[in-house]
Amino acid sequence: MAREREGMRKERLDRGIKVRSDGVYSISSWREMSFLLAPRLLLILGLLIMPLVLVPAPYWQKVLIIVCIYAFLALGFDFLAHFVGLVSLGGALYIGVGAYVTAFFNVYLGLPIWLCIPLATILGGGLCTLLLWPCLPLRGVYFAIVSLMFPLLSARLIEALDVFGGTDGIMGLDGFSNSWWEMYVLISFMLIALFALRRLVNADMGLIFRGVKDNDQAVKASGISITFYKAVGVFIASSLGCFGGACLAHIYMWAGISQFALDFSIIPIAATVVGGGGTLAGPVIGCLILVPISELLRDFGTLRIAVYALILMGFIVFKSEGLMSFGSRKYNQFEHWVEI
Amino acid sequence: MAEPILKVRDVNKAFGGVQALAGVSFDLMPGDILGVIGPNGSGKTTLVNAITGFIKIDTGQVIYKGRDLKGMAPHQIADLGLTRTFQVMRPYFSLPAYKNLIVPLFSRRARRTGGWRGGGRMGSRDTVAVDILEEIGFERESYVPYKNASSLPTGYLKRLELARCLALRPEVIICDEVFSGLSMSEMASMVPLMEKLQMEGVTLIMVEHRLRELFRLAGRVLVMNFGSKIAEGTPDEVMENKEVKEAYFGSEEVFSYV
Ligand SMILES: Nc1ncnc2c1ncn2[C@@H]1O[C@H](COP(=O)(O)OP(=O)(O)OP(=O)(O)O)[C@@H](O)[C@H]1O
Ligand SMILES: [Mg+2]
Repeated sequence: MAREREGMRKERLDRGIKVRSDGVYSISSWREMSFLLAPRLLLILGLLIMPLVLVPAPYWQKVLIIVCIYAFLALGFDFLAHFVGLVSLGGALYIGVGAYVTAFFNVYLGLPIWLCIPLATILGGGLCTLLLWPCLPLRGVYFAIVSLMFPLLSARLIEALDVFGGTDGIMGLDGFSNSWWEMYVLISFMLIALFALRRLVNADMGLIFRGVKDNDQAVKASGISITFYKAVGVFIASSLGCFGGACLAHIYMWAGISQFALDFSIIPIAATVVGGGGTLAGPVIGCLILVPISELLRDFGTLRIAVYALILMGFIVFKSEGLMSFGSRKYNQFEHWVEI
Repeated sequence: MAEPILKVRDVNKAFGGVQALAGVSFDLMPGDILGVIGPNGSGKTTLVNAITGFIKIDTGQVIYKGRDLKGMAPHQIADLGLTRTFQVMRPYFSLPAYKNLIVPLFSRRARRTGGWRGGGRMGSRDTVAVDILEEIGFERESYVPYKNASSLPTGYLKRLELARCLALRPEVIICDEVFSGLSMSEMASMVPLMEKLQMEGVTLIMVEHRLRELFRLAGRVLVMNFGSKIAEGTPDEVMENKEVKEAYFGSEEVFSYV
């Protein structure tokens, strides 16, 4: 217990904000502004500075890139699962499709990299949405299973039909001009995606998505097609993944069937569990923790999975709400002294 | 003679062995209030679902404004202006009441019609939503529209269901038990609200168990039992009907009770 001070009482820092933001959002003091901005700035600046800090460790710079690619998938997963109500294991599909589409445009048609990546994002997202369209009425675990089948199927098809370079994949993609580009393109777009999604889910359209998840009957009765909005949700999530996949292909200068690897479907879910589902920032933080851990555990060989599983179990048992929910709850409980 | 706005013809629906609807037919005239009554499980909600496309009917026809609704999805039917409330209310409890109306106001129909009344309404969806709620009795001065749906009593939640329909500026609203669970005082303000809607030209079907209030409002009443229509007529005719008394009420006492 804190000692009492005369004529003062303790008050939560966010009290004023809470009271006013109920109706209209208005912030009055610098203190409140910085209270709201600090965590956001910490994440933004932290990520932007990270490549510089890691200059002495080029290996970890690569890890940072992988973190960002997983973060795109985790954002998409969290968005679909907690705001649209679709549990998608399609991460591997998005990455693979993004990689192959950009490789197709870059290698076969000779388009420049700065055109290929946006094309792969949009067209790849569209392609994934088309593939998943027939499954949109499926719910819960059924959608998850079907979305998991597609990457497996795609990899086997490419192998069996020997199209798109078969087992060798498509080689000779243009790389980014240097590794700074790689890092900063991924980091900045990842941050943009994060804050754009956070905006979206609180905008009017976000309410439709949440309605589709929580009360689809009422949405239908409101004259809105839930299949259409599910498709829009899948398009958003798969575009994010395809962007990550396209970048990955250009970084490796290669698109191959290993980009349909199931890691891309599984790790984003783990990151969402660790970071806290439904917060969007949480899954990004989850990736920042899990991906480096999984790199550190490389030395353990196959034991890696066991250690990984233990960490996950630990989180589920002891902090099932996730780091982000836990952190923001604690953060909002900070108190300061005010005069009575 | 005006054309019926809604024609239901010989609609059948079976759930496994249960014949939930057995050859139901009726006409709904524009501007009317049609009451639908019947014991629990007699198929009233199923009828609502059948008309609004929430279930596929086995045989029969539902014709709205001369258009067969066969094969149309619920959202397409709602888009035509044929809306319904749900017997079990599930608003977004975590959101303020007015935010619950954003979903219907986002629909194509609401964009075309500009929300309830006075087309081309100005302002954001939020303001339109609060206006609609105020018009159906959410007191703005005491900030009721801004309260979380979870903190609202049943009476307001039922109105919220109705508001969701009104946001689409519907031509027909099918109300599935909007009166049940209301206190006497809530009821006292709900009945005039329904009258007001009728005055404004909305056609209503009201599925109800609260007969006294329904009989005051409805021009015609349709009685269901075991999925069939067993009687139809003015409230007085229906009350006098022998079959209705036996099948539905068991005895005449119920009438004095309601
Ligand atoms: N989805 C369904 N699957 C199987 N049976 C159903 C389904 N919906 C309704 N039924 C059955 O159809 C019959 C009619 O149900 P319905 O809900 O239409 O009754 P109701 O008249 O609305 O009753 P209440 O007054 O209790 O609301 C019941 O026997 C019910 O068990
Ligand atoms: Mg019912």
